[in-house]
Amino acid sequence: MLHLFCPYCQELREEDEFHYRGQAHIVRPKDPESLSDKEWGDYLFFRHNPKGIHHEMWYHVSGCRRFFNVTRNTVTYDIYETYKIGETPAVTAKEETE
Amino acid sequence: MSQKNRLAQGGRIDRNKVLNFSFAGQTYTGYEGDTLASALLANGVDVVGRSFKYSRARGITGHGSEEPNGVIQLGSGDSTVPNVRATQQELYAGLVSNPVSGWPNVNFDLMSYLGKAGAMMPPGFYYKTFMYPQKLWMTYEHFIRKAAGLGKAPTAPDPDTYDKLNQHCDVMVVGGGPAGLSAAYAAAKTGARVIIADEQNEMGGHLLTFDQTINGSSGSLWLAEIVAELSAMSNVKVLCKTTVMGYFDHNFLVAIERRTDHLGERAVSGTRQRSHRIRAKQVILAAGAQERPLVFANNDVPGVMLASSVTTYIKRYAVVPGHKLIVSTANDSGYLAAIEWSKAGRHVVGIADSRTDSDGALVAEAKALGINVWFGHGVTEVKGGRRVYTASVAPISVQGDRVTGDIQNYDCDTVATSGGWSPVVHLSCHTGSRPVWSDDIIGFVPGKALQAQHCVGSIVGDHQLADCINNGLETGSKAAAQAGFGEGELLVAKPSVEWLAEGKAQALFLVPHKKNISRAPKQFVDLQNDVTAAGIELATREGFESIEHVKRYTAMGFGTDQGKLGNVNGMAIAARSLGKSIEETGTTIFRPSYTPSTFGALAGRDAGSLFDPERYTAMHQWHVDNGALFEDVGQWKRPWYYPKPGETMQQSLNRECLATRSSVGILDASTLGKIDIQGKDAREFLNRVYTNAWSKLAVGKCRYGLMLKEDGMIMDDGVTSCLADDHFILTTTTGGAANVLEWLELWHQTEWPELDVFMTSVTDHWSTMTISGPNARKVLAKVCNDIELDKDAFKFMDWRDGTVAGVTARVFRISFTGELSYEINVPANDGMFVWEAVIAAGEEFGITPYGTETMHVLRAEKGFIIVGQDTDGSVTPYDMDMGWCVGKNKEFSFIGKRSFDRSDTQKTDRKQYVGLKTKNSDEVLPEGAQAVWDPKQAIPMTMVGHVTSSYYSAVVGRSIALAVIKEGHSHKGETLYFPLADGRVIEAEICDYVFYDPKGERQNV
Ligand SMILES: [Zn+2]
Repeated sequence: MLHLFCPYCQELREEDEFHYRGQAHIVRPKDPESLSDKEWGDYLFFRHNPKGIHHEMWYHVSGCRRFFNVTRNTVTYDIYETYKIGETPAVTAKEETE
Repeated sequence: MSQKNRLAQGGRIDRNKVLNFSFAGQTYTGYEGDTLASALLANGVDVVGRSFKYSRARGITGHGSEEPNGVIQLGSGDSTVPNVRATQQELYAGLVSNPVSGWPNVNFDLMSYLGKAGAMMPPGFYYKTFMYPQKLWMTYEHFIRKAAGLGKAPTAPDPDTYDKLNQHCDVMVVGGGPAGLSAAYAAAKTGARVIIADEQNEMGGHLLTFDQTINGSSGSLWLAEIVAELSAMSNVKVLCKTTVMGYFDHNFLVAIERRTDHLGERAVSGTRQRSHRIRAKQVILAAGAQERPLVFANNDVPGVMLASSVTTYIKRYAVVPGHKLIVSTANDSGYLAAIEWSKAGRHVVGIADSRTDSDGALVAEAKALGINVWFGHGVTEVKGGRRVYTASVAPISVQGDRVTGDIQNYDCDTVATSGGWSPVVHLSCHTGSRPVWSDDIIGFVPGKALQAQHCVGSIVGDHQLADCINNGLETGSKAAAQAGFGEGELLVAKPSVEWLAEGKAQALFLVPHKKNISRAPKQFVDLQNDVTAAGIELATREGFESIEHVKRYTAMGFGTDQGKLGNVNGMAIAARSLGKSIEETGTTIFRPSYTPSTFGALAGRDAGSLFDPERYTAMHQWHVDNGALFEDVGQWKRPWYYPKPGETMQQSLNRECLATRSSVGILDASTLGKIDIQGKDAREFLNRVYTNAWSKLAVGKCRYGLMLKEDGMIMDDGVTSCLADDHFILTTTTGGAANVLEWLELWHQTEWPELDVFMTSVTDHWSTMTISGPNARKVLAKVCNDIELDKDAFKFMDWRDGTVAGVTARVFRISFTGELSYEINVPANDGMFVWEAVIAAGEEFGITPYGTETMHVLRAEKGFIIVGQDTDGSVTPYDMDMGWCVGKNKEFSFIGKRSFDRSDTQKTDRKQYVGLKTKNSDEVLPEGAQAVWDPKQAIPMTMVGHVTSSYYSAVVGRSIALAVIKEGHSHKGETLYFPLADGRVIEAEICDYVFYDPKGERQNV
């Protein structure tokens, strides 16, 4: 069971209090109608599945009800950092180009 | 003779407390302080089970969690526990135990009478069987299940209670031997919060059986003092009888504490077991090492035991499990069994030591006692059925790979073996760390620590007591410092500990036989799963080279003991067979749970009615008092229907439906999700998350809205009302409330934080009652005198502030039945009062309470959808013929809109929402039934849709159903067929989904 530091509550809390919300930093296209079906499909359905560093979003559902981001290693489950929505991660994988 | 193997004195047992117990129907006596295994051995019980595959007699071989044979069914009836190791079960008065294997009983075994099952089950049996036709597997399975006999689960609810405790500590120490105790002690002295757990009934580990001098006096004195001091410290929790069963992410450990299992079958008071869910800043693994047996021919015959187990039974329980002992060892520690055996006054025939020599202290002591020592020898085979009666001792080569001379046979009844010590790497494995082979230690040691973890003691190959204690102290203070306590300096003095000179151990796993492996009598590697050296060789010959494949092919380590004794031997044999080193072949890894855990301990109090929270509305007691039956909707208990005496369910529904259609009904709708939305951008926010347009919704008005996911599929629906220009109240489905709030927060927080909008769940703040039917207005008028109820003053889809029965209320004129309806919302604390007032007001009109089932029928008669029943996350508003709900001209591209243009949502053969009328009007289609155009086509048929809702409608006078059917909108009037599993084929005509009042006139009166 993971131990997550909520950047809003400023506390380490048990995974039970959180919901996982998938890949972080997906920006909704400003003008969806201008996108091709492929571009829209990429936004809708395609997600990274990296072995290693992953930026993902979590929701502190039983706490402050805020969404925040986590940089987690999908192999070791190490958590390198948690940061607020709108902030950029300090730890990134070199091979990640997006 | 009772307890014939019990010594007259000694042991950590209380001879004044005689306990009666039974095993396999026989009664025996033992003492308090015994385990079931030590008591059975004291009574000379040799056979405790029959082996899984070959049905051979098996006896106690170990003394702890490693025991593969002494696995028993404990207790009887509802509190029975399968797969308990007799070596870990403390004896209590009246203990009832039975073997789990050996059907029908251990002494007369039907399988061995009928012929050995083994002939039918070669290595790779499962693998090969799965390749055969499936029908054969069914035959095998029945046979195997009976043969396996791995215990019986109780069939009635567990009568005991269990607890879960969440614990936090700075330093968690696993293992209460000298190393663990020292680590805990040093850490605790810094002020750190420490938990130390040990699976045995008392702390001490190796010191409980082998006394060495510490600070000039007995080691047991040091032990007693350190345990007493730790127990007295307020920052330390000492947990005996507690198995750390798993070590999970971020230093989270689960430990199962057996609180009353040593006292009786049921807990007399309090909880039987506790699971401690421990989050630790630092973890110290001091779990020790388990002795490894030597593999030789017929090494499974009762009487063959681990050397350390023989020592333990003698020293700790004053039980000598035989009369004539031969030891076969590849190291010094095996000598201890012979020394204690001899000191107990029984005969040691000799010690076969595979090494050429040893200058260890124990070797010298054995020689001084006059015990025969045969260097360069090993026990190659024993003979016996229900007990060993002879052992073959042969000279073997220096490499330990062949017999080099004549074999001597010696009469004996016990053979104690020691092949070395395997560190207990299990918990370290749980974190994903692969163990590493060490030639020095002759065993796998924990791999690189992946978490804040330290290892100390014999788990890293330190067997010297002095090393265990000193390294333990240092590791404890280091871990405490890393947790923020102290500077890492030792705050306690290191004791002076007697040094035990040790000869170098030899890496020997399989004692050679004069015949080769495939021709020698069976040489068992995994006793619980009957895996032999020949079986492992066969696996490698058949091409299984990866150790993981060998494991699966032979089932080695698949038992409830997870191969604690056998795995390393098996890997060594596989490596040799493959011509590789053990380091090259590597090891399989261990997974939780370390030993079998009870479901009770894992579930704790989360069972029965406490499994999930139950939510009740403010009117719940009224529903109970008025005979409602309840349905679970999410966590809510909702009235399902209110049967009157003698009514069938259908009769109740017909009565409730007709009463509502003809006069007035009342529904407790409090469970609908309610989200209060405020802020100057609330309207814009709604525009973005709903399909509908909200810009023009005036204060006092309500509107039905559809919420989509970004893929264009319906996610939720509900009515939203405008309370003020910047204030709305949104309703959701009962089950979807929490998800919708999370969804709204997601969009606000992550995409549109610039919008000034706030959302609050107010579901529990309001009680909601819906009165519906032609007399609804008359009922409301009796309890409400400050809202103008005239049909033109308070129109359909309006809401008003006012009072109902004198209580502040919001009244919404919305309808889910198609009748004239008012939804009265009052503060939840007044819910019951207002409900009773409305019921009283409605009495003259025969007001009828109805539940969720009638609600479903009434809305289906009107074709209103239920999200999650008629939709399943794969239908768009257009599929549901609800394009009227989509605001096409909204400026913002609302969530899901773009997806309407995807090729998938545009395709013409999508499933579409329709009604169905069965040909036989009394026949009700099952929900979920699949539709086909042609029932005579070959199986598998082409399915074109399915029934989503289906009821008998009293007001329509026939069965009605809703369905999603491919291109259904353009096939109205055509006939579909529904072939059912029971062979019936129901015929139905596609029709419009509105069955009653198609023009919608009744709700506008
Ligand atoms: Zn938080």
